[in-house]
Amino acid sequence: MSVAMRDAFGNKLAEIGKHNDKLVVLDADVSSSTKSAIFGNAFADRFFNAGVAEANMVGVAAGMATAGFHPVVNAFSIFLALKSTDQIRNVLCYNSLPVVIAGAYGGLSDSFDGASHQSIADIAIMRALPNMEVIVPADSRQAELALEYALTKKKPVYIRLNRNAMPELPEPENFGSAKVIKLREGKDVTIAANGITAAMTVEAGEILAKQGIDAEILSIPFVKPFDADGLATSVAKTKNLVTVEEHNILGGFGSAALEALASKNLTYSYIPVGIEDTFTETGPYDELLAAYGLSAEGIVGKVKSLLKK
Amino acid sequence: MDDKVKSILAKRESKDLSAAELAALAASFRLEMFDVLHQRQTGHWGGASSAAEINTALYFKRMNIDVKNPQWEDRDRFILSKGHASMNLYTILAHRGFFPPEDLPGFRTLGSHLQGHPSMSKTAGVDMSTGALGHGLSIGLGMALAAQMSGKKFWTYILSGEGCLNEGQTWEAVMMAAKYRPERLVYMIDYNKVQLDGTSQDIMPLDPLKEKFEVFGWNVAQDDYDGHDVNSILDSFAWLDSPGTWPRLVVYNTVKGKGVSFMEGKNAWHGAPIDVDSYNKGRVELLADIAKKEAAL
Repeated sequence: MSVAMRDAFGNKLAEIGKHNDKLVVLDADVSSSTKSAIFGNAFADRFFNAGVAEANMVGVAAGMATAGFHPVVNAFSIFLALKSTDQIRNVLCYNSLPVVIAGAYGGLSDSFDGASHQSIADIAIMRALPNMEVIVPADSRQAELALEYALTKKKPVYIRLNRNAMPELPEPENFGSAKVIKLREGKDVTIAANGITAAMTVEAGEILAKQGIDAEILSIPFVKPFDADGLATSVAKTKNLVTVEEHNILGGFGSAALEALASKNLTYSYIPVGIEDTFTETGPYDELLAAYGLSAEGIVGKVKSLLKK
Repeated sequence: MDDKVKSILAKRESKDLSAAELAALAASFRLEMFDVLHQRQTGHWGGASSAAEINTALYFKRMNIDVKNPQWEDRDRFILSKGHASMNLYTILAHRGFFPPEDLPGFRTLGSHLQGHPSMSKTAGVDMSTGALGHGLSIGLGMALAAQMSGKKFWTYILSGEGCLNEGQTWEAVMMAAKYRPERLVYMIDYNKVQLDGTSQDIMPLDPLKEKFEVFGWNVAQDDYDGHDVNSILDSFAWLDSPGTWPRLVVYNTVKGKGVSFMEGKNAWHGAPIDVDSYNKGRVELLADIAKKEAAL
């Protein structure tokens, strides 16, 4: 297991802050949870706690961005996506302002707090906003790389983060430009995993291999821009696609994948793995994910139903 | 636009304009807005008219800006939080020199840089896109904090109406501004007391407005300023330059639809198209006001 994604992100903020004096960090009274407090403790004059007021926080960040700073706003992903949608859309995106929106506790990772805190619509919302980029890192290293990448962009970038520690994947090369990261070569089915579902998808690939199914496994952290060519190359070979996401299957990563493939003139079979348009519930994280089909076994089952095996 | 107004505009860069000259400019701008809004049959007369003198005084007397370099990093910032008054901002920016006044009739037409509500990426001189109400103070606070972090001395002005004060975001920003207290952050209320659906008293009572800001920790101008009397507006500027704490609130008493008697104070004229009869009658009144203001020069 790697360091928890939130710790990696908070430490990276503080590290970058040492040499980037334009980096400003804002939080909405959850800095000890998001770990932006690590930056705040190191650079008190460039850290602003806006209180539990996400909409205002995003507006303040926008004003700073017009005057030469590169703010990173931190809060729980569900509240950034829902309580500050107007400010993100009408101020950050409309004016293409350089602000990183760091959505903590993404997906079901705030598992014990229940459905009110579980973020399963944020990707759908963020990807529908012009000028926005949307990244869902698979592990702590990808989260660090996503932050470094986002700070090179002169536009808003949404990074959806996870609360917990998770298995480490191999270090990706050229993170920002190589949008599709191939984790396993295969020929029977393409399993495209968004965010932290990559590790369980790798595990599913090993189970499937033992059962004679040769899966190609892709980690795709970039929901937008989407690497249509990268995915199409794989699906053209396997003729079968499974998308896996810690999000409602409506409007999120799977939808982005299908839209990206629509112009590629491919014939393929498809099945999504994700939250099936329902509210989730309280529980230990791994058990909760599994209860909603997000486990190696759950993915194996979907793959086999797709391949009718 | 007559020769007297043109001669005032000729010395706009000096900022050495008298109150009477500023009043004549505002009256002239008001007529030009009225003409374009009638011509286009879309836009917001009521709130544009109520802001005319305040914004004219800001841009022609007070703000430190460079029309040849709209993105000058040390410039004073202005956010029209009540973005529906865009026609007023555009008229002022054009005559201040950011773009040709000949562009004004293109307001709200396809392909024009003059969007229905201000867009900073399309119109030179617009410091922030607005339209969705309640954003201005948060963004202005961010600008003022950026000045503080970078050691710059520029001012940030936000002009707001009642609608922005209905929005919860504004009160989030009121609290945060009082927490960090950046200097030269000025929140100005164009208090015409009429909203889209009716009077603010009927829609969402705001009084006692100044007292609310005081208990939130703001430095509030105690005087009642008349937002249509340039001398009174200049008094408010003098107060901004007086010693004291930050952030600061200035409330201007104004009249929605000011200048056309039968439109004044009427929520129906918040954003209704100006019909031919109303236009012809209103134009007579606005011309008379220009004549009166020019007679005082």
